[in-house]
Amino acid sequence: MANADFEGRVYPANAPYSVGREKIREFASAVGATHPAHHDLVAARGSGYPDLVAPPTFAVVVAQRAESQYISDPEADIDFSRVVHADERFTHHRPIVAGDELTTVLHVDRIVSRGPISMVTTRCEIFALPAGAESPDPEAEAPGEPVASVTSTLAIRGEDA
Amino acid sequence: MSRPDIATLAVGDVIGKRTVTFDRAALVRYAGASGDLNPIHWNDRFAESAGLPGVIAHGMLTMGTVVGLVTDWVGDPGAVVDYQARFTKPVEVPNPGTASIEVTGTVGVIDADAGTVRVDLAVTVDGAKVLGRTQVLVRL
Repeated sequence: MANADFEGRVYPANAPYSVGREKIREFASAVGATHPAHHDLVAARGSGYPDLVAPPTFAVVVAQRAESQYISDPEADIDFSRVVHADERFTHHRPIVAGDELTTVLHVDRIVSRGPISMVTTRCEIFALPAGAESPDPEAEAPGEPVASVTSTLAIRGEDA
Repeated sequence: MSRPDIATLAVGDVIGKRTVTFDRAALVRYAGASGDLNPIHWNDRFAESAGLPGVIAHGMLTMGTVVGLVTDWVGDPGAVVDYQARFTKPVEVPNPGTASIEVTGTVGVIDADAGTVRVDLAVTVDGAKVLGRTQVLVRL
């Protein structure tokens, strides 16, 4: 049973994820995305992007890393071998491109347990750091330019489910 | 490549259909590319101990692949402003062999003022829905 005390928790902006060209190419190939803007720099720039553009679900790579702050916390009481992914949503404020330095603020929005099943909804607010910044500014109101929101719900089956 | 003209679209129009297939190698490739190393996606013994019939595809692999129908239709993978899905049924991937996923995209909502179209995807394996409420909002 997921620990309900974590509901409402907000984590500080995490260490940045550096979006690399080869990672975009690798991820695009893994999801069968053949558009040249994922693979070819000249094509990406010709389409108006500053660099290779990430596929629409690439943000999950960034989000998963942020979510692990919560999921892998023993106090959260989430047995990952009993987790099933229930739903996922991406809202893009702008496309992710190679060269982005992305920091994520993780929100634990909802924890509901019914019988042996717990449903946990997290939201990752992903920001691009300003050019030249190596880490989020703890004094700043927002850690950077909003890039994407990723909402994910996990279903965790209890021992008896 | 030119984008579809929003003025010529109507709710209910089918934008396209395709079949995508996954073999075990596709799952391993996605595991590596995404960093999701959960063994239910590559280890039969582990999958069975978790109560599954065998290795299943990552829900995010299915979600990440089927959206290609929409981005290819638009001609711009950066046009997706919102994309959501529910994972309603696991996709079993045999060994050897492939899982075959049928995808159909239909225009669900048109917002001419915002210049956006919501495409709804029907995603099935052997006629059974594997993703639910699969909605892709694109800016045309």
